[in-house]
Amino acid sequence: MFAQEYGRAVAVLVRVFGDIDIAEDAVQDAFTVAVRRWPAEGTPPSPAGWIITTARNRAVDRLRREAARQDKHAQAALLHAGDAPAEEGPVPDDRLRLIFTCCHPALARPAQVALTLRLLGGLSTAEIARAFLVPEPTMAQRLVRAKGKIRDARIPYRIPREADLPERLEPVLAVIYLIFNEGYLPRSGDRLVREELCAEAIGLGRLLAGLMPDEPEAIGLLALMLLLESRRPARTAPGGTPVRLADQDPRLWDRALAAEGRELVRRCLRRGRPGPYQIQAAINAVHSEPPTDWRQVVALYDQLMALAPSPVVALNRAVAVAEVAGPGAALALVDDLDLDGYHVFHAVRADLLRRLGRDAEAAREYDAALAGTGNEAERAFLRRARDPLD
Amino acid sequence: MQKYLLSIYQPDGDPPPPEVLEPIVRDLEALNDEMRAAGAWVFAAGLHPPGTATVLRPKSGDVLMTDGPYTEGKEHLGGFTVIQAPDLDAALAWGRRLAAVTTLPVEVRPFQ
Repeated sequence: MFAQEYGRAVAVLVRVFGDIDIAEDAVQDAFTVAVRRWPAEGTPPSPAGWIITTARNRAVDRLRREAARQDKHAQAALLHAGDAPAEEGPVPDDRLRLIFTCCHPALARPAQVALTLRLLGGLSTAEIARAFLVPEPTMAQRLVRAKGKIRDARIPYRIPREADLPERLEPVLAVIYLIFNEGYLPRSGDRLVREELCAEAIGLGRLLAGLMPDEPEAIGLLALMLLLESRRPARTAPGGTPVRLADQDPRLWDRALAAEGRELVRRCLRRGRPGPYQIQAAINAVHSEPPTDWRQVVALYDQLMALAPSPVVALNRAVAVAEVAGPGAALALVDDLDLDGYHVFHAVRADLLRRLGRDAEAAREYDAALAGTGNEAERAFLRRARDPLD
Repeated sequence: MQKYLLSIYQPDGDPPPPEVLEPIVRDLEALNDEMRAAGAWVFAAGLHPPGTATVLRPKSGDVLMTDGPYTEGKEHLGGFTVIQAPDLDAALAWGRRLAAVTTLPVEVRPFQ
């Protein structure tokens, strides 16, 4: 309830009061009241509506008291609230407006991600700090600074004009995918997947793709997330340990999500404007129909390397090459990559070395991978692969 | 309307030769006119080089005077424009134009 409805409520209240801090305080206030009252009085028929109404009323009460003491900020917020319709309109785009504000190019990427997770994802500052491996006070300071810039520099709260959309869309897509990945591959904690973050990112992706049906990358991102999400039921064994794609039981995959993802891939690729999200979606569409055509996967990675080269893409390409040309060929590619700080790099090397029968080296690489991740489910998986090598 | 300071940063050293500078000055005047026509222009000025600056520093009840700019760097504030705009997007649009015309980095900063 919290993570799902928090963002919607904050977005509505930012529109109503024109101020992020007032909106956040009000929504937190309303959730505190809900926690106290709902267990005794029962959950209201529309919990989300109740949160928004309660947050609005309590904020107005508080602002009236402050305005009476000549607080100019409170007076301005009340004036703003007087002009704004209380209910969310027929088009649920308050969150979309807010995400364009959070992902404004005048804000640095870490600030964009932190704001989006805080305001739309409803994550606590501590959770965001853990997710991005920075101390909590650093993250708190980053959020305060970003909100201060939005307020003082007047970063607008609106969906950009058509002409500015391509440029403004890019950071929004990157931030949504980062949120999805934080849910799909949490870097810490004892769960492999945090479903609510994936659902939040997919929800934002649907909103974006719906509002921008002519933007193939928005559709590509949604397709990519749906195809990844379709495999979630098969990604973990009972007990929470991860199951590699090759070892997954396809009968556990969500066929409806996969079919929707494949249909979206076909639809966006037909437009002939390929981009990184569309190609990653196409790769996952190939995986969704086993047995995987690895030659096609390598060809798609070649295209991805041409459009958006990065060491991580090269690492994933090498994994596909291992299936076509064997672990020796893949290891030669992996050894050229400078990804020492990335635990997946060590896990991939470990697996290739193990398949080549180089057990002692494989064990050392598993240790390096273990040292690099705080996710308990992933650690259990790595330990299980490593232990027989002693 | 929010006021913004558009600061133009230029590298230290001699200004570019007249054949480079003249078209820039002409374009800058045209942009200022456009800002005026749009109701965005508040004030604009170019500054003499940092070597002409004098710094005054309060020290134990007195004020000390030193010759030269406050900070020595590879770039200095060469001029500035003050505009008023409804929001940062509008201010950045003018800032972008100013950077293109002057071929120099422009910092956009809101007034309190």
